[in-house]
Amino acid sequence: MNNSKWLPYYLIAPSALFMALFFLYPFLQIFAEAFLNSNGEVSLGNFSQVINDFNFMPALKNTLLLTAVVVPVQLVMAIGMALMVSKMNKGRDNILYIWTIPLGISDLAAGIIWLAILEQFGFLNSFLHAVSLIDGPAAWLNYQHPIALFFAVAVAEIWRGTAILLVILVSGLGLIPKEYEEAGKIFGANYWQRLWKITLPLLRPSIQSALILRTLLALEVFAVVMMLGGTDMPVLMSETFNWQFSYRDTGAASAYAVLIMAVSVLITGFYVKVLNVPKEARG
Amino acid sequence: MHKKTLTLALAGLLSCSVAAADTVFFSTQARPLEEAQAMRDKVLKGFDGEVQFLPQEDGPFFARIEAEQKADKGSLALLGALHGDYPPIETALDNVNDLIPTLQAAGVSPGYIKLGKLGGEDQMYVPWMQATYIMAANKKALEHLPEGADVQALTYDQLLQWGQNMQQATGEAKLGFPAGPKGLIHRFLQGYLYPSFTNSVVTEFRSDAAKQMWATFRDIWQVSNPRSTAYNFMQEPLLTGEVWVAFDHTARLKDAFDKQPDDFIAFPAPAGPAGRGYMPVVAGLAIPAKAVDRAESARLIKYLMEPQTQIATLRATSFFPTVKVDFPDDLPKSVQISGTAVAAQANSPDAILSLLPIGLGDKSGLFSKIYQDSFQQIVLRNADIDSILDRQASQLERLMQEAGAPCWSPDLPSTGACPVK
Amino acid sequence: MKSPVANSASAQVQGLARFNPFSRRLSPQNNAWRWLFWAGVSILILWVLAPIGLLIINAISTPAQVNGWPKSIAPGIHTDTLMFFWNYNGVISALINSILAAVFTMIIAILLGAPAGYALARFVFRGMTTYKMIIVMSRAFPMPLLALPLAVIFIQVGIDDSLIGLAFVHATLALPFSVLITSSLFMGIPVELEEAAWTMGCDRWQAFRKVVLPLAAPGIAASAVFAFVISWNEVFASAILTVQNRTLTAFLVQSLAESPAEIKFAGGLVLVVPALLFLFAIRKYLFSMWGISNR
Repeated sequence: MNNSKWLPYYLIAPSALFMALFFLYPFLQIFAEAFLNSNGEVSLGNFSQVINDFNFMPALKNTLLLTAVVVPVQLVMAIGMALMVSKMNKGRDNILYIWTIPLGISDLAAGIIWLAILEQFGFLNSFLHAVSLIDGPAAWLNYQHPIALFFAVAVAEIWRGTAILLVILVSGLGLIPKEYEEAGKIFGANYWQRLWKITLPLLRPSIQSALILRTLLALEVFAVVMMLGGTDMPVLMSETFNWQFSYRDTGAASAYAVLIMAVSVLITGFYVKVLNVPKEARG
Repeated sequence: MHKKTLTLALAGLLSCSVAAADTVFFSTQARPLEEAQAMRDKVLKGFDGEVQFLPQEDGPFFARIEAEQKADKGSLALLGALHGDYPPIETALDNVNDLIPTLQAAGVSPGYIKLGKLGGEDQMYVPWMQATYIMAANKKALEHLPEGADVQALTYDQLLQWGQNMQQATGEAKLGFPAGPKGLIHRFLQGYLYPSFTNSVVTEFRSDAAKQMWATFRDIWQVSNPRSTAYNFMQEPLLTGEVWVAFDHTARLKDAFDKQPDDFIAFPAPAGPAGRGYMPVVAGLAIPAKAVDRAESARLIKYLMEPQTQIATLRATSFFPTVKVDFPDDLPKSVQISGTAVAAQANSPDAILSLLPIGLGDKSGLFSKIYQDSFQQIVLRNADIDSILDRQASQLERLMQEAGAPCWSPDLPSTGACPVK
Repeated sequence: MKSPVANSASAQVQGLARFNPFSRRLSPQNNAWRWLFWAGVSILILWVLAPIGLLIINAISTPAQVNGWPKSIAPGIHTDTLMFFWNYNGVISALINSILAAVFTMIIAILLGAPAGYALARFVFRGMTTYKMIIVMSRAFPMPLLALPLAVIFIQVGIDDSLIGLAFVHATLALPFSVLITSSLFMGIPVELEEAAWTMGCDRWQAFRKVVLPLAAPGIAASAVFAFVISWNEVFASAILTVQNRTLTAFLVQSLAESPAEIKFAGGLVLVVPALLFLFAIRKYLFSMWGISNR
């Protein structure tokens, strides 16, 4: 392994170069813009402007709450689904395919789909009406029912975003050598013990990257919220959009973007700490 | 083998980028798919040249124009956008002074031509088409009208009463406003409520009349459908029956009138103590400074301003012509229905014309934000009216100072920046 | 309760183990468990499919039904709205553009992402944390803001309005996924396997190609699918960076939410179907290598 001191650098060089060109360069421009005022002097004016805006705290709160609700549910569901897949014999390909379908559905399309279900004259109310649970089209998807609204958004997000976790976990699960499970069995561990002591710890690298990616996406939640929740449920991303394109204040929008990134980096760091992948797995 | 296919694919992709250069018409208007299709098939077909009509969301529209300006190179030939879209991108535009005689000859109103100068000397855009905001109602709502109220000459107090009556009768809030992420509620505040109550938009921002106005609107909001904060186009909730009485842009009510012309009526916006405020919507055509073939762009503008084309545009988008035309008899239902209400609104004895903001430059977005923020805090979150108005008024004052924009109608002309009392 | 399970397990070990020891599933042996298992699977299938089914129903309903109440799950078959999309000028070329951009994004993301993922999994090297941080950060930063400076360079360099330029930007979005997904895959493959291959005379590359790659292929394919889907659904950069060569999202979908209800639903279906067909077409490739990875 020592003969290949430079190998990792060769391996990451193409992607690093690519990211430098297409991400780092524009990113640094935006980053600089966030810390400059309109006269081109260095200042934190943009940050104080957006943080003091009355929509900042609600946007931050909504985004973090959504992430905190959606991501754990998705993780549990995805682990459950991945384990189910690993237990199947027949029909596995088709079931896995069906479960990964939401992967191909954009947030815009997901918003359209769930609005059709949840709106006042939508399918859910029609169903409840058909089974005589409600008398008429009950309106609840609005700011007067913030909790219902929040869960409507959460459900749509869970529906749309679980597949990415599933795909990562299924492929990770496939790589766990079956010998470990066999060994556990021989020592008399039951299914749940084996799951808890053997499978999940070995799945940790996959869980970690799945969680990181899913959380980053959850922090950028936008189209679904706008479609279901409207203006009275601001999120960080919608505010960034407003500052950039409605209020036409690039500095403030850049500050927002930097804040989103800061939150993401914090949470990612937390995951890396908590789910530390043991060194030996790296070889 | 693999490499070869890859190289071929690469070459193929690259060659795509040098496809024939059509005249690219970038627009924030006529975005709904059917309208875009009609623009291509019915309006632009008659032009003797290839035109690519590309309707855009606001975000990509601005970003693309800004990018072309910074890159000093462009592929857009013509822009179509609202009056309010142009100030922030003024420096990316070429003036169209050479087209002024054409406009005058075609009968474009001098007031609109002046709007197109964006408060400066040069003509920055050509007034392309116009519309306004009106009210629409489901005929089922009419029986709940307050006693003695004339739907063609409503007041805001009667609107409130109407909403309360409907709520009592149906148990639901049947008024609706477009306060969604892409809704135009700020125009309702700037062009309708403020003028109707204060005969002003800027100067009387925190006057007692304005406080009265916010209190009234807060009451109206109580009987408005709470889904309003997600409505962008009122035609949809009108069609589903979620909402019976709504305020919106004529083009955003169009679908309801066209699909169920017998179920809906259109009528002028209500009046307040000061009069019946209303606001025109003007969309303009502009040529980017980096346009490849300016002569061709100008030729396309001339084509779009011909009476025949303007009638076709009206059919496609529900936006009315800015030039003198003879209207045919077979216009779409939506145009017939909303046209009557538009005329009634403008010709009503107590009408107050509220012009579009002028001279705000790249501050025009923040200008609208002040009204949106006041609305969100006072109406949606029940904040104290006095303190919110004081805070927003000082922001408004600073913004007007920074922009140095003089007052526009209905505010009285000012020397220097428009003052906020 | 305990003994039958143990019995049958040991019976299996004796009976089948010699044949193919690891094909035996650990599926619960008693009927209640099995019933519960398949009930769960069915509910999850319904959970995924029902919303899409409802979208299809709305897409083939008449405009009056779409706006009507109560909704029925037996639509009047009405294809006018879908035909509207089929007949829409320029839809086909936009569709082709979308596919090309997505395929190219997929290729770039894998060619650049998989080696980096391998490096992160197998080596500890200086700058690793920085590299990882940048990769993760790139996904944490809102695309719409990055698109502007990128568009400026693209116009200057002359790759503006080309699918390859667009694929570069989409690949920037997809790369973090392919790097992180592949690195977790490679981490899961015991390094001993590779070391064994080295001792048998393979060099590093051969060991990778013959031992690691077959094991990792399904996961790599999964991250490739993801790259495809990211590109397919991306609206903002597509709208800014293409003018004459529009992708489906830039051409059709960006204003979908503003169109009348029936158009919105039919358009939603038009957007969803190609991505589903793509997933379906490659599902064999995606999952058939399972046999290998289980061994």
